[in-house]
Amino acid sequence: MSDATARAIAPPRRRSGPLRWLRRNLFSSPLDTALTLAALYGLYLTLPPLVQWAFIDADWVGTSRADCTSGGACWVFIATRLEQFLYGFYPAAEQWRVNLGFGLLVAVLAALSWRGLRRRWLAAALLLGYPVVAYLLFYGGALGLAVVPTHQWGGLMLTLVLAIVGIVLALPLGVLLALGRRSELPLIRAACITYIEVWRGVPLITVLFMASVMLPLFFPEEVTLDKLLRAMIGIVMFQAAYMAEVVRGGLQAIPKGQYEAAEALGLGYWQRMGLIVLPQALRLVIPGIVNTFIALFKDTTLVLIIGLFDLLGIVQQAFADPDWLGYSVEGYVFAGLLYWVFCFGMSRWSQRLERRLGQGR
Amino acid sequence: MNGPPPRRGAGRWTGWGDPRLRAVAFQALFLAAVLALAGYVLHNTLANLEARGIATGFGFLSETAGFGIIQSLIDYSETSSFGRTFLVGLLNTLLVSALGILLATLLGFLIGVGRLSGNWLIARLADAYIEIFRNIPLLLQVFFWYFAVLRALPRPRESLSLGEAVFLNLRGLYLPRPLFEPGFELVVAALGVAVVAAGLLGVWGRRRRARTGRGLPTGWIGLALLIGLPTIAFLLAGAPLGWERPALAGFNFRGGITLIPELMALLLALSIYTAAFIAEIVRAGILSVAKGQTEAAAALGLRHGQILRLVVIPQALRVIIPPLTSQYLNLLKNSSLATAIGYPDLVNVFAGTTLNQTGQAVEVIAMTMAVYLTISLAISFAMNWYNARIALTER
Repeated sequence: MSDATARAIAPPRRRSGPLRWLRRNLFSSPLDTALTLAALYGLYLTLPPLVQWAFIDADWVGTSRADCTSGGACWVFIATRLEQFLYGFYPAAEQWRVNLGFGLLVAVLAALSWRGLRRRWLAAALLLGYPVVAYLLFYGGALGLAVVPTHQWGGLMLTLVLAIVGIVLALPLGVLLALGRRSELPLIRAACITYIEVWRGVPLITVLFMASVMLPLFFPEEVTLDKLLRAMIGIVMFQAAYMAEVVRGGLQAIPKGQYEAAEALGLGYWQRMGLIVLPQALRLVIPGIVNTFIALFKDTTLVLIIGLFDLLGIVQQAFADPDWLGYSVEGYVFAGLLYWVFCFGMSRWSQRLERRLGQGR
Repeated sequence: MNGPPPRRGAGRWTGWGDPRLRAVAFQALFLAAVLALAGYVLHNTLANLEARGIATGFGFLSETAGFGIIQSLIDYSETSSFGRTFLVGLLNTLLVSALGILLATLLGFLIGVGRLSGNWLIARLADAYIEIFRNIPLLLQVFFWYFAVLRALPRPRESLSLGEAVFLNLRGLYLPRPLFEPGFELVVAALGVAVVAAGLLGVWGRRRRARTGRGLPTGWIGLALLIGLPTIAFLLAGAPLGWERPALAGFNFRGGITLIPELMALLLALSIYTAAFIAEIVRAGILSVAKGQTEAAAALGLRHGQILRLVVIPQALRVIIPPLTSQYLNLLKNSSLATAIGYPDLVNVFAGTTLNQTGQAVEVIAMTMAVYLTISLAISFAMNWYNARIALTER
């Protein structure tokens, strides 16, 4: 062995530090540098004016458009309309009912996810009891609560009601359709495949149009269906088809051995599905269900086309107010931000769930 | 033990324990329920239609429509029939979908690749784009572009212009229209020859490489052919191409090609929204190609471009194409949001105006749904065929 190879080599220089990082991540080649500079220039062109408009030059307090004098965003418009954006035309004296209703929902969900709650009947009671309580709170008509007709519902409250009812009713329907699609009975399978493919092949708007103009034709003349109810029926029928495909993914992921073992135990069809397959399959597709919910939450905006005032509908309607003409950008930014917070929050939650469920396996 | 287990069937009535009997009975019951429901609905519908004096059948398609449409790719006037209205709406839907798919794909691939860029800033910006635009409802974006952005553009007299040829104002985007003068056929013919020649060259180059192992830059030669031949033909024929520029006449622009604001708003929203989803698909597709594949290709001596073209992209596309197709279908279905801003697509002019004028909800909605359904199913079948063709052949 020669001297040269035996000689100690100095340790490599430390490869960290802000300059090193900049060099590697922003200026590693001429092209890279050009891209970075172009991006920085683009940001310089857009961000400062945006901040200037939204914060520095903005007006926050006031009661009318006369208070918007700084030339930036007029958040006064949002502030004076906030109640309407959140509750629609729900009477101010009854708005506590909406708050209580959604508060209870959060409480029920928290109770259900709490590990201490092992008693099945209690969970079932919460799940089945909540819709009744919520209906009484929102619509009224019993226990001394005044009836608030659904045409007064609107804003964020209506958006949430549509999305939550849609997903809650679409899930069981979707499970049945998914089971039907994998059924051995040819007639059932054909019917489920037809249903799923037809609904998935058409846009939601046509389904809503159908619900609003065709549904009344399907029932005897004396039956009158509420506009909101019709929209809900349309949304649930539509969403069930998408839910069925999500659940089918879960059913297909369960190893064949599980089905066979359940059969070997002598369990009947509904016992096999209810006790062995579905609990595993549904666990797998929770992230998929959350993603479906996000899509549905965004899709509820379409109900404004058939004349319901959801969050976007009511914001859009506020632009027509002659006292507040010309503040549409503020309205869209506000509505967009609300939708974004809900959707982004849920998608992050679904990603976390996915990781956690992935680890558990 | 004593004797064989009791056998099922075998001519003996075993009651409801026989699964085959149960299956038949259950399905018969199901069929009866579906038929009963259909009969009930049909009976009610016919009774309701009669009570309201609404005609049935498709006779209305040949009646005169009596309303105008702001954008039509084929001849249309107020005296045209409802059948013509249907066709105009369908073509407008296909137009916005095709343009939207093109733009969304370009933007989506750009952003998807940007998301994986080694440049930290570019990757963060692409990420921000994806997270912002896919989490805001599409309808809100359509409204934003239409009511907040395009309505804020200047009047025709103060139009934004680009080289006195392209104008942008409140009424829309005005582009020059190409005028093909006699002699332009020569250019088209030259392009056709170039396409055929480049194709043949490619095949010959591949065969030669397989036989002799020596490659040819057939791609570059083909490209030169494709650009060169038509250019030479164009110059030889004496540049037989003119432009009809839009010009201000009175209060508005005349001539050229006009993109109405409804089309622009819908196109912007659809492509920006869908691009966010496509970008995620592209990213997942590229990440799905194992790193060992790139390294192995490099070890074989392939150049960077060859690694991408021959190893990475074919494998990534296998993952990308199925979800990409479903995004295209979503875009087609989402184009029906046109009705909210008055772009004359199928849903707007047919399921909207035509339905209101004729009252024939069942026929009109069924026809509208059938169009979307046909396109969706056709693309699904094509997709399944493609999937089966490119599926991994495992040995």
